[in-house]
Amino acid sequence: MKIAECRKDFPILQRTMNHRPLVYLDNGATTLKPQPVIDAVMNYYTYLGANAHRGDYEMSAQVDAAYEGTRKKTAAFLNAHCPEEIIFNSGSSEGLNQVALMLSGQRLQAGDVILSDESEHASSVLPWIHASQIHQTKVEYIPLDEEGKITVENFKKALHDKVKVVCLAQVSNVLGFEAPVKEITKIAHEHGALVVVDGAQSTPHIPIDVQDLDVDFFVFSAHKMCGPTGVGVLYGKKELLDALDPVYYGGESNARFDRCGTLILKETPLKYESGTQPIEGVLGLGAAIDYIQSIGKDAIHAHEWELKQYFLEKAKALKTIHFYNEKAQSGICTFNVFDKGQMIPAQDVASFLNTKGIAVRSGTHCAKMLVDVLQVPGTCRASFYIYNTKEEVDQLVAALQEATLENCIGIFF
Amino acid sequence: MSEIDPNLLRDIIMDHYQYPRNHQLSEEPSYQSKHMASESCIDDITVQVKFDQDRIEDVRFDGQACTISTASTSIMSELVKGKTKEEANEIIRNYFSMIDQKEYDEDLLEEAIAFQNVGKQANRINCATIGWKALRDMIKESEGK
Ligand SMILES: Cc1ncc(COP(=O)(O)O)c(C=O)c1O
Repeated sequence: MKIAECRKDFPILQRTMNHRPLVYLDNGATTLKPQPVIDAVMNYYTYLGANAHRGDYEMSAQVDAAYEGTRKKTAAFLNAHCPEEIIFNSGSSEGLNQVALMLSGQRLQAGDVILSDESEHASSVLPWIHASQIHQTKVEYIPLDEEGKITVENFKKALHDKVKVVCLAQVSNVLGFEAPVKEITKIAHEHGALVVVDGAQSTPHIPIDVQDLDVDFFVFSAHKMCGPTGVGVLYGKKELLDALDPVYYGGESNARFDRCGTLILKETPLKYESGTQPIEGVLGLGAAIDYIQSIGKDAIHAHEWELKQYFLEKAKALKTIHFYNEKAQSGICTFNVFDKGQMIPAQDVASFLNTKGIAVRSGTHCAKMLVDVLQVPGTCRASFYIYNTKEEVDQLVAALQEATLENCIGIFF
Repeated sequence: MSEIDPNLLRDIIMDHYQYPRNHQLSEEPSYQSKHMASESCIDDITVQVKFDQDRIEDVRFDGQACTISTASTSIMSELVKGKTKEEANEIIRNYFSMIDQKEYDEDLLEEAIAFQNVGKQANRINCATIGWKALRDMIKESEGK
């Protein structure tokens, strides 16, 4: 990968943070945006302008072509069977809520079980917990192994007749392990359960083939893969999307309605896209897909893994850093820093790194149940992406070397 | 702003973080408690207060917290113990003024002046005030009764 070239595409890398060159290592939270994505968003505001699926004029037709073109592109990106399986929404959280509400209201019975696990992001598990209180369903958890991974064996142990849905992240945002989604899906289907996959942390980094995985629903967010915020995708198998009713109703998703309450919805996917969509976001997502494809997911993943191994090697030499996910083959590095054997609170370390121009995340990373598994109140997370370099890792390591308790408190003076 | 040596102020925070005062909750029912969970960070602390009519007889706290929230709550617990509610309210008011970079009475705040620059890291203001907010709320609730 030509990183120097790639970095030029990201104008934000020119900015400083705390008067230092920016070292952005919080890509698990969101990624920076390259110029082609910014241009695509700008082009909508400065040239295309119209709403989608509504007007009888040239501008509108151009918007439709770009919007529906992105749907086709997204279908190819996930290897969906057809573009109709791609629904645009505001992101992973919305997609996961949509699926939880639709399945809980239309497919599940009281007493049915949804299988989740304790490493899930709040956006994957809370929609089911909420729905379970309305529909008397139940959320159960696949036990994690000693490293915090989901294994096929443990999944089998957790599976029983009442399990009707399995909902899990393909890659955990805290530990970065990849779950054996294909194997789990096969077994779940043999037991008549549907599989919903949170692809927020996998889609930006590894090739996705929803047909090969055979999952029933899959979500991701554009902003974690160089795209705009406020836009994402819900993939669903066509026959399921055709059979289910949407959660939201309104303009553009209906074909006809009258005062007697007769309502004819549009066909999938438009029946799921009520109201004006984030059009500039969808177009930006299209540009992000092109950008990522031009680099290649294999190259992206190899680069991140190389940076992680480099970081592990350098950081371990310091002897003050404890890693929680050394073996996870992703760009996610979760750790804590120790000073004379005492753990420095993760937030203090993150604030200290901030003073060096380095952005990392601290806390529970929205996976609050994992605290009990890892038995620490919080961790620091550095997560790499295409534009990160070994020099940046060196800066991180140098800063971590200085991260004593005294220095972490010293930043306030 | 105080002219005090920054190293001294840092040492105050270090000391209260490493050896927090009043850092154990009481089982006694005469204590009121407030659980504070900060949305922005891992801070998850419980503050307890025992009133003797108008006076704050005891303050305790416990929980998972960063250096700043632990030390600021520890310092607060020492500052307000034995004070009347009115005196405590005055201290709390001055503390929040200091955090907001407004005028405040240094003498009232004693060791708490160590947090005068916490706003340098904007996201940590929450940490420096989480325990103080709990106490402020409990005093208010007690006065409402
Ligand atoms: C694993 C996982 N799932 C879901 C989400 C939610 O994504 P969004 O905030 O884009 O809806 C995130 C983002 O933090 C995530 O890491």
